[in-house]
Amino acid sequence: MDFRYDRQTRLKGFGSEGQAKLVAGKVLVVGLGGLGLPVVQYLNAMGVGTLGLVDQDIVELHNLQRQVLYSEKDLGKSKLEVVHEKLGAQNASTHFNLYDTFLTKENAMDILQGYDVVVDATDNFPTRYLINDACIILGIPFVYGALHGFEGHVSVFNHQEGPTYRCLYPNMPSSEEVPDCNDNGVLGVIPGIIGTLQALETVKVLTGIGEVLSGKLMVYDGLSQNATKISFTPYPANLKIKRLQDSYESLDCELVLEINVESFQAIRDSATQLTLIDVRTPEEFEQNHLSEARNLQLNQLGEVKPDAVFPQEVYVICQSGKRSAQAVKQLQKLYPNSQFYSILGGMNKMMAISPNL
Amino acid sequence: MTILLFGVTKDIVGSSTLSVPTASATGRKIPKTVKELKEFLGETYPELNKLSSLAVAVNNSYAQDDESIDAYDEIALIPPVSGG
Repeated sequence: MDFRYDRQTRLKGFGSEGQAKLVAGKVLVVGLGGLGLPVVQYLNAMGVGTLGLVDQDIVELHNLQRQVLYSEKDLGKSKLEVVHEKLGAQNASTHFNLYDTFLTKENAMDILQGYDVVVDATDNFPTRYLINDACIILGIPFVYGALHGFEGHVSVFNHQEGPTYRCLYPNMPSSEEVPDCNDNGVLGVIPGIIGTLQALETVKVLTGIGEVLSGKLMVYDGLSQNATKISFTPYPANLKIKRLQDSYESLDCELVLEINVESFQAIRDSATQLTLIDVRTPEEFEQNHLSEARNLQLNQLGEVKPDAVFPQEVYVICQSGKRSAQAVKQLQKLYPNSQFYSILGGMNKMMAISPNL
Repeated sequence: MTILLFGVTKDIVGSSTLSVPTASATGRKIPKTVKELKEFLGETYPELNKLSSLAVAVNNSYAQDDESIDAYDEIALIPPVSGG
């Protein structure tokens, strides 16, 4: 093996076998900011064979206190280009895949496909949840890092059936409730520490050395130099995500999908199978209901087993459309992989179009 | 009962630790579960109620809402963080 890597190949427990695994390794790094830079610099120096880089930002003055690969003469340039140039000079044998874009639900599956490890070095919740879900669907472990002020988080999710980001934080916070670095500030050296830990975890996942930080969240506090490790277990439903959510935008604007009774009737007429939930009281349900309907009251919805399986499309009805809209909000949160439709005007409108119900 | 605070919970409370009484001198209900602890803290710091996900660790393990807690447990509030 190359003398270049002599100081790590001579390590017992790593050796030329470990180096061969790095060379064969394909790692995607999402975000070339405070976390992403130490990750790509170390992985590139250590000889990871293929590095995918995703970012569309340009270098700005306020980046320089923590994004230490960039210099003053890089201001205004694309981060992707600067990183490519510097990393290419650092290690000419690395193969780079450049993605001049932000990760979106439209491009995520295509970009992630084929990588051995994904490194989440982003700075916002929607992209973190998107990476989580895409990695579960594709079966790729991902190395997570995130910052808040003087603190940082590190963990490895979706590694050998291990827990996921959603097992720790099931619901995506709004940007208002948890501020990011732009609003809250971050001490320049903290992303360097957390990003370097992410690089180490990536090497461990690729080579199989040591104990991967799977099922454990490391919370590092720079002010006290305390690192707390919290263990957590997988929540089975989170490992079974089969498709991306329709939106990863902030969940504040709770969008309720609605369907009018004419369109719904057309679906009833054509569909061989249909899932319809009637959220009225059992008394109301007994008086009249559609033949396909199953009665599930609004206040019982939270008690539906969280791992219950719903088909892709579920229709929800009540008397006038109010309770069904409320139910759709609740159900959509509990079962993000299904699409819930509230039937506009409810049973009142249904009876108006087919009076013999 | 001492609670370690991380992330935005530290900012909300304005301190990195918080002490919760284990015997009531004021007639307030003493929290016996994780859920009750969240409610107890939420009364004093309503901003905590706004967090849509808040991990609570009891003795360094992620705890569900129904897990019981006592004076000897080491408790930490670990909200999600987003910076990068």
